[in-house]
Amino acid sequence: MRLYGTVAAGGFRRHATYRMATAAGVFTNTVFGFILSYTYIALWDERPQLGGYDMADALAYVWIGQGLITVCGLMGGGFEDELIERIRTGDIAVDLYRPADLQTWWFSANAGRSAYQLLGRGVVPMAVGALAFDIALPSRPLTWVAFLVAIALGSAVSFAIWYLVAMSAFWLMDGQGVVQVAWLGGLFFSGMLLPLNVFPGALGEVARVLPWASMLQIPADVYLEKYEGWGLLGAYAFQLGWAAVLLAAGRLAQSLATRKVVVQGG
Amino acid sequence: MVAGMWIRSTMTYRASFALTLFSSFAVTFFDFVVILLMFGQVEGLGGFSFAEVAFLYGTAGTAFGLADLTMGSLQRMGKRVRDGSLDMFLMRPAPVLAQVAADKFALRRLGRVAQGLFVLVWALLILDVEWTAVKVLLLPVTVVCGALIFAAVMVAGASALFWAQDAAEVTSSFTYGGNTLLQYPPTIFAQELVRGVVYVVPLAFVNWLPALYILGREAPAGVPGWAAFVSPLVAAVCCGLAGLAWRAGIRAYRSTGS
Repeated sequence: MRLYGTVAAGGFRRHATYRMATAAGVFTNTVFGFILSYTYIALWDERPQLGGYDMADALAYVWIGQGLITVCGLMGGGFEDELIERIRTGDIAVDLYRPADLQTWWFSANAGRSAYQLLGRGVVPMAVGALAFDIALPSRPLTWVAFLVAIALGSAVSFAIWYLVAMSAFWLMDGQGVVQVAWLGGLFFSGMLLPLNVFPGALGEVARVLPWASMLQIPADVYLEKYEGWGLLGAYAFQLGWAAVLLAAGRLAQSLATRKVVVQGG
Repeated sequence: MVAGMWIRSTMTYRASFALTLFSSFAVTFFDFVVILLMFGQVEGLGGFSFAEVAFLYGTAGTAFGLADLTMGSLQRMGKRVRDGSLDMFLMRPAPVLAQVAADKFALRRLGRVAQGLFVLVWALLILDVEWTAVKVLLLPVTVVCGALIFAAVMVAGASALFWAQDAAEVTSSFTYGGNTLLQYPPTIFAQELVRGVVYVVPLAFVNWLPALYILGREAPAGVPGWAAFVSPLVAAVCCGLAGLAWRAGIRAYRSTGS
C-alpha cells in the first residue's frame, strides 16, 4: 500500500512540474468555456428548461466540463500514450519484472495525476466561469463533498477505459487507431459537447448508460443536486459498477497479454 | 519528401490507418452532430437558420482542416525544442519550417478536410442564396484565405514555443477554439469578443465576414461592408507576421545540448 501511495505522490509531483503547460491548459479551457457558454446561452434562450436544466444549470455544466477535461480524461487519460509507447518499444518487460502489479501501479500514478489536474486545471476555469457568468452553485456545502466523490469515481472509470485501450497495444503494436476511437467515444458520450440529457430519444438513453456518462454527466448532476439520498447512492453505484467491470476487463487483458504476447526487443 | 516518408510509415499499419482516417472523419463529424442535435430542439440559433449555420460550419471547418493538414504537426514542436531533437532539422539542407510541418505528417487529417467539405456541400445544397458572380468567386477565396490565416496562427504559435516550450495549448485555443467560434453565428457572442477576433486576432476574416456577405447579412460589431473582400490582404499580412515570428524564434533557439 505504501508503495502505491508513493507512486501516486510521484504522479502528482511529476505533473506539478509542468507549470507552463498547466497555465496554457487553463487558458485554453477558459477560452473554450466562453465560446461554449455563448452557444449554450443561445440554445437555452430559445428553449428554456431544455433537458431539465435552466440557464444557470447549463452554464454550470459548461464550466464543470472544462474543469474536468483532464481530471476525468474526457479527451484522453493523459497516461495511455506513455504506456503504449512502453509496450511498443518493449520497455514494458522491465515493468513486468517489478514486484508491483502493473495495473495498480498505473492506477496510483494516474490518481496522483488526476488530483493535480483537479487543483491545477479544474479550479481556475470554474472560478472564472462563476465570475463571468451567472452559473448555478450548490445550495448545500455537503454537495461539494458529494461532487468530489463523483469526480474521483469518474476518474477511476476513465482510468479503466484508457488502461484497456493501452492494453490493446500488446496485440496491435500501433495503438493510435484504438486511441482515436476511444477518444471519439469519450468526446461524444461523456457529454462534453452537449449534456447527455439533451440527447434525443434512444440515443440519449443509450448514452446515459454507457461508462462515459460517469466522467462528466454524473459529476455535473451531483453538483447540480439532481440526485437526492438513495438517488445519489444509485449514481455512485453506477460509476462503481462500470469501474469494477472495466478494471476487471483490463486485468484480464493484462494477464492474457503477459502470458501470450512476445515482448518486442526483449 | 519528409511527408512522403511519414505517409509510407503510416501505410505500414494499413488497418490502423483506415481506422484513424475513419475516426478522424467521425470525430469532426460528431462535432457537427451537436449542431444537428441543437437544431433538433430549436428553429434557429441567434437568428440564423440551420442551412446558414451549416454554411458557417463548412467554411470554417474546411479552412481549418486544410491548415491542420499542412501545419498541424507544428504543435508537437515544443517537445523537439525541449529534448533538443530540433537540431537534426537545423543541419539538413531544407527549410526548417517545411521539415517541422512535415514531421509526423498525418494523412488521417484528410478526414477533417473531407468532413468540412461534406458539410459545406450540404449547406450549399439547402441554402437559399441569390448567387452572383462575386459571391461565387468569393467562396473559394474565403476557404483558401481562411486556411492561410489559420496556418499563420499555427506558425506564430509554434514560434512562441522557442521561448515557452510547454505552451502549445495556447495555440489550440486560437485554432481549435477559433474553429468552434466561427462555426456559430457572430450574433450569439458578446460583441467585445467579436471585435476581438476582427481587430486583435483577425479570425473573423477566416469566414464570418465573407460568409455573412454571401448570406446577405450585416457584418457584426459595426464592421464596414467592404471588409468581406479584404480576407486575401489580411491573410497576406498574417503570413508575413508569422514568417517574421518564426525567423525570430529560430534565431533565439538555443539547443539543449542533450
